[in-house]
Parts: sequence; structure tokens; C-alpha cells
Amino acid sequence: MGMGVNIRERIAKRAAQEIKDGMMVNLGIGIPSLVANYLASECRVMFHAENGVLGIGKEPEKGKEDPTLCNAAGFPVTTVPGASYFDSAVAFGMIRSGYLDITILGGLEVSEQGDLANWIVPKKRVPGIGGAMELAKKAKKVIVVMNHTNKKGDAKIVKQCRLPLTAKACVNLIITDMAVIEVTEQGLLLKEVMEPYSTEEVIEATEAHLLVPGEVKIVKRKLD
Amino acid sequence: MNYINDGCSLMFGGFGGVGNPPTLINGLIEKGVKDLTLIGNDAGFPTIGIGKFISQGRAKKLIASHIGSNPVAGQLMVDGLLEVEFSPQGTLAERIRAGGVGLGGVLTDIGLDSMMEEGKQKVQVDGKTFLIESALRADVAIVYAKKADEFGNLIYETSARNTNPLVAMAGNITIAEVEEIVPVGNLDPHDIHTPGIFVDYVIQSKGVDWKWAWE
Repeated sequence: MGMGVNIRERIAKRAAQEIKDGMMVNLGIGIPSLVANYLASECRVMFHAENGVLGIGKEPEKGKEDPTLCNAAGFPVTTVPGASYFDSAVAFGMIRSGYLDITILGGLEVSEQGDLANWIVPKKRVPGIGGAMELAKKAKKVIVVMNHTNKKGDAKIVKQCRLPLTAKACVNLIITDMAVIEVTEQGLLLKEVMEPYSTEEVIEATEAHLLVPGEVKIVKRKLD
Repeated sequence: MNYINDGCSLMFGGFGGVGNPPTLINGLIEKGVKDLTLIGNDAGFPTIGIGKFISQGRAKKLIASHIGSNPVAGQLMVDGLLEVEFSPQGTLAERIRAGGVGLGGVLTDIGLDSMMEEGKQKVQVDGKTFLIESALRADVAIVYAKKADEFGNLIYETSARNTNPLVAMAGNITIAEVEEIVPVGNLDPHDIHTPGIFVDYVIQSKGVDWKWAWE
């Protein structure tokens, strides 16, 4: 990812604030998987995994891993009371039927209309699509967490996606190392700017047009 | 092993290595089968699970949803040495399930307005547009389960169930590798995940080798 640990954690911490008590949530691979570490203690959430678990708990202690029990990224997990196991077709039945309140995914590009591209860079990077199309299209709220720009410094929040799409008009909220941006019917609304960046720097690093309200919340380096 | 030969289609259960049948896979690697069409969730890892077939150049085609965990698969695909057909993960699961339960395919709106549309028929049902996704079956399906009885009834364990129950139904011949084989009558019918009618052969596993491959 080329991001410092602190930045990854900060993004994850900010994303965790979107998750409320009682929600059904699916976390993608990478930064999204860190989000579970930052939930408020009173927040009881059922985490869903595409391989067939609802009710994923904390990471197991070293040496106490169950060799068959993992999340969709293959990492060992535990379960919480009320958890269930099922096959992958049922796991996607839950997604397509709209039972997931939030999914948090990584992104390569997000467009002004909330289109998401996150599965392939033709001829270069072919991670494959996994469950991203279903999650992006069917979760009630889609949050994309990513670097604001790519390694070359090019904007990842663009007017139109150039990469093959995962799903059209699916993204609700974008959280990056520089800003928090909401996708609205009027366009991309700059909600928060991450310290030490300024609103001008965020606009500069964003290809898409940003709607900037009179007052933009500044997110301090140290989140509460 | 006699059923899996050069050029055949081989469907495998498992998700990111977990739930691949390692003893069967190792046996097939030893046998030296090649030109396989592999069908399953992902490309595994270069040295773990189903990924061994790919990194050893024994697969000509892969139908999967994800190959990110096996960089060799990506490289072979870019070099034109491995044909890869991507399906969204949930669509792939349903294509396999459809094949297993005797349906011709499924209708889904997943993949509309994306590359997944290419070459596929669309239909209107109740005013909504869907893609037609064809069913998948294979010459042979291989799965991993926790327990089996001698009739072939299978019980999976925790998230190693994943795609296994779907794959178990979709092979012209289905072979299950299991941790424990018990006599008929020793499993509670309530607990069976895959009824033995779908399973042709059960073999004893020599143990799994997929532990925490991502680390």
C-alpha cells in the first residue's frame, strides 16, 4: 500500500465511527480488515465473511488458531455468541438480498458519480474480482478506504473511472489519508479534512469536482 | 485417481486454500496430470492447495473469482499461458450450485454495467434486467470434509465448508477427502451437510497443509 502504519490505522479508526450497534458488516481485505479493532466497546456488530461465517470475533491468540476457521482473507478468526456457518452460496445470498448494513472496501478509483473500480488493472495487476461486485452493489452503505492518490501521485478520485468498473454509482463514503468525502446526488461533498492537509491541498489532489461547504471539519492527527 | 486424467475438467472445493483437499491434490501432482480446466473459488497459493497445479503449469484454463493470492496465476494469465475466466464470487457459487442441482444457469443483476456483461445474454423478468450466467459442472469434483460415513454423507467443519457443499454436487464423479470415516449409521441424519447420493468416493486425508497461508 505504501502507507505508514499510522495512516492505515487512522483511516481504519475513522471508518469504524460509521459502524453502529446492531449492524451487519462485511470488511474487505487490507485496511478494511483493521476497522474491527477500533469499534466502541458497547458496539455489538455481526461481522460477515464471504466464505461462510456470520459473527466473526477477535483474532485468536497465537497457537490457539482453529485450522479451519478463517475470514475471507484467510486469516484465523474466532466467533462471537450467535455466530453461524454456512456455504458460500448462502453467504452471497445474504449480500444480494440486502442484509448487510455496511461494507468497507479498498479502491483503485472512485468517480464523481460514486462508480467504483477496484478489481483489475488490465495487463498489470489481476487480483480478481472476489466478492467485491456483490458487496459494492448490494450493501446498504458502501465505504471505500484508500490512499487519496496513487504511487505516482495521480488522483484516485476522478471524474470518470478509467479502469474496469466493479459497480456503478455504488459508493456512499470515501475515507482517505487526506479527507472524508460523501457521495451525494449533487456530487462529491467534502466533509472532513485530515490534519495536516488543507482544503486546498485536498482539492488539488482530487481530479473530480468537490463541493466544499462553508465549514469543513478538520480531523486531528490523534483521533479520540 | 483413475478418473482424473490429462485434459479433464476438475472442480475443487475450498476458499483461499482452506477447504482444498490436500491429499488428493498432492496425489494428482504426483500422478502428473496436465492440461486441466480448473473450476473453483480462487487460484490458491503457489505452493499450497490447488495453486500447485497452476504454478507447475498443469492447468490450461481456470474459472475462478480471485487469483490475487497466487502471483504465478496472474503472470501466466498476462503471458497468455493460462486462460482465466472470472466470475463474481457469488455468481460463481451459484453457477456451481446450479450445475449441481440440475439447472441450466442463473439470472443475476451482478455484473451489469461491467466487463462481466461481455458475451452474455440479457433477459427482462418483471421489468428488471438480468444477465444469464450458465451453470457449471465438471468431469470430476474434489472436496474436503471433516467427517464422512461409508455411504458418502459429509459433514464439514466451520468455515472450511465454504464452496465444498456446492462443488460436491457438481461433479460427474465426486471424490471427498475427509479427516474421519465412520460406518454407516454413526452420523446423525440431522447433521449431514452433503447427502451421500452426490458423493462417489471417500478417501482418508493425510492431514491439511493450508495453515495461515496469508501470513
